[in-house]
Amino acid sequence: MSIDKDKIKHISKLARISLDSKKTDTLAKDLSSIFKFIEQLNELNTDKTEPLSSILNEPLRSRKDVVNDGKIREKILENSPQKNEEFFVVPKVIE
Amino acid sequence: MSEKSEKYLLSGEKSKWEVVIGLEVHAQVTSNSKLFSASSTKFGAEPNTQVSLIDSAFPGMLPVINEYCIQQAVKTGLGLNAKINSYSVFDRKNYFYADLPQGYQISQYKNPIVGEGEITLDLPNGSKKVGIERLHLEQDAGKSIHDLDPSSTFVDLNRSGVALMEIVSKPDLRSPDEVNAYVKKLRSIMRYLGTCDGNMQEGSLRADVNVSVRKEGDTKLGTRCEIKNVNSIKFMQMAIVYEAKRQVELLESGKSIDQETRLFDTKKNETRSMRSKEDAHDYRYFPDPDLLPLNLDKKLIEKIKKDLPELPDEKKERFIKEHSLTTYEANVLVSEKEISNYFEEVIKTSDKKLAKNWIMGDLFASLNEKNISISESPVTAKKMSQLIDSISSGVISGRTAKEVFEIMKETGEDPKKIIESKGLQQKSDPKELEKIIDKILLDNKDKAEQYKSGKDKLFGFFVGQVMKESGGKANPQLVNEILKKKLK
Repeated sequence: MSIDKDKIKHISKLARISLDSKKTDTLAKDLSSIFKFIEQLNELNTDKTEPLSSILNEPLRSRKDVVNDGKIREKILENSPQKNEEFFVVPKVIE
Repeated sequence: MSEKSEKYLLSGEKSKWEVVIGLEVHAQVTSNSKLFSASSTKFGAEPNTQVSLIDSAFPGMLPVINEYCIQQAVKTGLGLNAKINSYSVFDRKNYFYADLPQGYQISQYKNPIVGEGEITLDLPNGSKKVGIERLHLEQDAGKSIHDLDPSSTFVDLNRSGVALMEIVSKPDLRSPDEVNAYVKKLRSIMRYLGTCDGNMQEGSLRADVNVSVRKEGDTKLGTRCEIKNVNSIKFMQMAIVYEAKRQVELLESGKSIDQETRLFDTKKNETRSMRSKEDAHDYRYFPDPDLLPLNLDKKLIEKIKKDLPELPDEKKERFIKEHSLTTYEANVLVSEKEISNYFEEVIKTSDKKLAKNWIMGDLFASLNEKNISISESPVTAKKMSQLIDSISSGVISGRTAKEVFEIMKETGEDPKKIIESKGLQQKSDPKELEKIIDKILLDNKDKAEQYKSGKDKLFGFFVGQVMKESGGKANPQLVNEILKKKLK
């Protein structure tokens, strides 16, 4: 799969990363060659192989349904660039 | 009625159109703590007080799954007669929004915890089976508040990370009425199971509605639009009616439907394209590296299955058999867990037929009038039982019982106390009644003669006079008996 400029623009938009056109050009070239390298894997027949979700052969750890966290509003809000006593404050986002 | 006449079709200018609907219901799992963190899920807390470092996505925090939420999802799956998948995977669904601090939602994509199942709808013209595609576990997002400040949005993360079950139906629904029946049945099943409280005002149950149309008789599905996040059955129905009409108009004028996400504007009663979500379908799902796949123990599934409570469909069958109810009556009485509990509590000691009539009649009317649920009713099951017993044992007549009920529904007072303090007991003492009857017959000698000579209709007149004389408290059955004897 070759990565063209439009693809780069699309991905950078989804990732909220702004790129100038020069950077877009180099990234398209670099990523294309990276993909070409990775796509060698496609030469293998994986029809009968289940996709791997984790390399650890361990069960998922779980916890009991107990409330023992929260009530730390000041701490939570502390690093927010904009806030008031109760809320995070963000630019108006309305549909 | 034939099935054809019941079919819901839209008449366009040129042809008749069938509406095809599928629902993605988001149901909040009933649990104390969140899906991957130990903060509380309680509704209505002060903003941002039920938020942990995990829920607010501080760097380096790791999610740990709540085992109770897993059990709740399995339980719901079993209640939907669905296949439980012993292997499932948690994925990241990536998108940016102010109330999603992680930048992704932990959800399940390719391998959900529950697979295909089925719900039976009880419709006026019979029952209908609706397929369930899947049920998966996922995190809820926070809440954006737009109306507290003119120039900015406030974010409350209390809901962030609360466990949701997304329940996806097959595109089997064909009308707004079927959607109503489907959501109500699903809600009822989850409330019987105790897996979701179904409180739509508090947002515990919301749905994305997929709508498409096709010409009557077509078997291929049309292009669908998804109406996001509708939070009441009424709005779902209004959105479907609007959206189907819009699609029919587009198609009949030779245009095509864009597959897109729309929102329902409840004030204008219309659906609108959400242009900002154009790229949003590119979620770039991948397995969450912070979580391992979930392998369910067969024994756990068996145990949950064994402990399942009686569900509405089973209860309905039992009610019909054991309490000689009609299908309609049984459907009404099992529709909500609280209603069936109430009914069963009353008939423990009281007459079934009276119980059914009083609950579905006067009690429901009073609940409707006050817009409250049966569990909020001042007339508890115990008090209803006492009232019914007073009728069965002849202490009061059915008519007097209505008077007593009128007081009970306002004050919640004990029926026995009301009957005593108001002196409403029926006069059931034959001697006392005889005295009254003798007086009436004496006062109306001429009519008594006419009756004896064949004017049968006058019997009602005498009963009326006796009732009037007794202040409506004479036991009507006894009055009848004594009158008949005396007028021979």
